[in-house]
Amino acid sequence: MIKIKDKYDVVVIGAGPSGSVAARFAAENGASVLILERDREPGIPVRCAEGVSHKGIEPFIDIDKRWIASTIDEARLHAPNGKHVDMFQNGTGYVLERRIFDTELCNLACKHGATLITKADATGIIFEDNKIQGVKYTHIGEKKTVKCNIVIGADGVESRVGRWAGIKTNVRLEDIDTCVQYTMANVDIKENRCEFYFGNEKCPGGYIWIFPKSNSTANIGLGIAGHLTDKKSPKEYLDEFVQERFPNASISYTVYGGVPTSTVLKETVKDNIMLVGDAARQVNPITGGGIVQGMIGGAFAGKVAADAVKKNDFSKKNLKTYEKKWNKALGANQRFMFEVKENFMGMDDSKFNNLVEMCSKIPQKNFTLKDLFKEAVKGDPKLIAQMAKSFVVSRLNLRFK
Amino acid sequence: MIINNNLCDVCGTCVAVCPVDAIIVKEFVVTIDNDKCINCGKCLKVCPIRAISEENQ
Ligand SMILES: Cc1cc2nc3c(=O)[nH]c(=O)nc-3n(C[C@H](O)[C@H](O)[C@H](O)COP(=O)(O)OP(=O)(O)OC[C@H]3O[C@@H](n4cnc5c(N)ncnc54)[C@H](O)[C@@H]3O)c2cc1C
Repeated sequence: MIKIKDKYDVVVIGAGPSGSVAARFAAENGASVLILERDREPGIPVRCAEGVSHKGIEPFIDIDKRWIASTIDEARLHAPNGKHVDMFQNGTGYVLERRIFDTELCNLACKHGATLITKADATGIIFEDNKIQGVKYTHIGEKKTVKCNIVIGADGVESRVGRWAGIKTNVRLEDIDTCVQYTMANVDIKENRCEFYFGNEKCPGGYIWIFPKSNSTANIGLGIAGHLTDKKSPKEYLDEFVQERFPNASISYTVYGGVPTSTVLKETVKDNIMLVGDAARQVNPITGGGIVQGMIGGAFAGKVAADAVKKNDFSKKNLKTYEKKWNKALGANQRFMFEVKENFMGMDDSKFNNLVEMCSKIPQKNFTLKDLFKEAVKGDPKLIAQMAKSFVVSRLNLRFK
Repeated sequence: MIINNNLCDVCGTCVAVCPVDAIIVKEFVVTIDNDKCINCGKCLKVCPIRAISEENQ
C-alpha cells in the first residue's frame, strides 16, 4: 500500500491530459501533489477521436511510437453535395493511442514527484472557515479526506469541481456536441488521411470524422449540436453513415461522449481553486479538439500553483495569473472559433457546398486550415479582425518540456 | 427525469448542461436528484444514447 499523506500543497482531481500535465508542472516546480482519479487507470475508457497535431504535443512530451497509431498529413473535406476538397496540413498530425498516451503523461507527473491514487472518486470539497481546505473522496468504497491549499479541477466534461466552489461551468445546449464514435475494422481508407463530412442531413451542427488508426482501422464518429437532436439521435446518424460508406466494416469499440463548444468561461479560478481542460471548457469550439488546449491549461495552472505555494498566497487574485496566461495563449483563438461556430450553425447546406467549391480553387499544395477559415469569414469584417488575433498563438512558441 | 442505467455509458455529457447541478456521477452510476431537478429536459436532449426520459412516460 502506498503511503498517502494527510495534506498536500495541491490536489488534482482527474488524471486526463490536463490533470496530469498540471500535476507534473506543480510537482516539478516544488509543490507536493496528489492526483485523484476515479477510474482504475488513467486514459480508460477512451472517449476521444485521438487526433492531435505534432506541434501541439511536442512541447510537452518526447514523441514515442508506442502511443502513435498513425501519422496524418492530408485531410479530405466532403461537402453535402458529395464533392470534396483535399487539404495538406501545415504540419504533421497523429492519431494517438490515448490509453497509452494518457498513462505516459501521468507517469511523467509521478516521475516528477506527484502521487497518483486510482479508483479515487472525489465527492466534494472541504470548506472550513469559509475557505477551501481539502477534498472528500471515496477510495474503493471507503470515505476519505485529504487536506490541501489548492484544488485543481481537471475532471473533464462531467466536471462538478467548479460547481462545488460556486464557479458556473454549465453550458448551453447549443454549446455541447453530443457524440458517438465507432472504432471500426476492415474500413477502406488511406492511412495518412483524415476525412470530414459536413451538412445538416448527415450531421446537424457538427461534423463526421474519420481518423485512421492503421490502413484498415479507424475512429469514425460524429458530434451533433445539443439543441439539434430532436429528429434523430447521434447513434442513428452514425449508423446511417457507416452503413452507406463502410458496409463491410465491423465495430470493435463504441464511444459515447460530449464535447463542450462554448466560448471562454467567465471564471476559472477562485480562492484555493483552479479549473483546467474540459472542466474549464478549454476546447476549440469548431474542431472539438481539447487535448492540447487542456495540456496548455494544465501547464500554466501547475506552474502558477507551485508559485503560489512558494509565496504562500492562494488567493483568487494570485491564481488569476493562470487564467491570464491561458487567455493570452488561447483565449482569442477560442473566442474567434466560437464566433465562427455561431455563424456556421445557421448555415444551410448550399453554403457548405460553396465553401468547398471555393476552397477547391485554391492551389492544393498550399491549401491549409487557415485558408479554409479565410474563405469561411470572407465578407464579415468582425470575424476577419478576430481571425487575425486568433492565429497569433501559432507565433507564441510555447515551450514546456 | 429518470435514467436507464442499463443503457447509460456514464459519459457525463448530461452533467455539463444541467443548470441546477442535479446530476451526480458516483462510483460509475449516474443519478438525478429529483428534488433539485427542474425538468428542463436538457439532459434528455444531449444524451448520446437516449438513456434519459421524462418520468411520466
Ligand atoms: C467523441 C470525442 C472525440 C474527441 N476527439 C478529440 C480529438 O480528436 N482531438 C482532441 O484534441 N480532442 C478530442 N476530444 C476532446 C478530448 O477528449 C478532451 O478535450 C480531453 O480529453 C480533455 O482532457 P481533460 O484532461 O480535461 O479531461 P478528461 O480526459 O476527460 O479527463 C478527466 C478525468 O477526470 C476523471 N474524473 C472525473 N470526475 C472525477 C471525480 N469526481 N473524481 C476523480 N476523478 C474524476 C475522469 O475519470 C477522467 O479520467 C474528443 C472528445 C469526444 C467526446
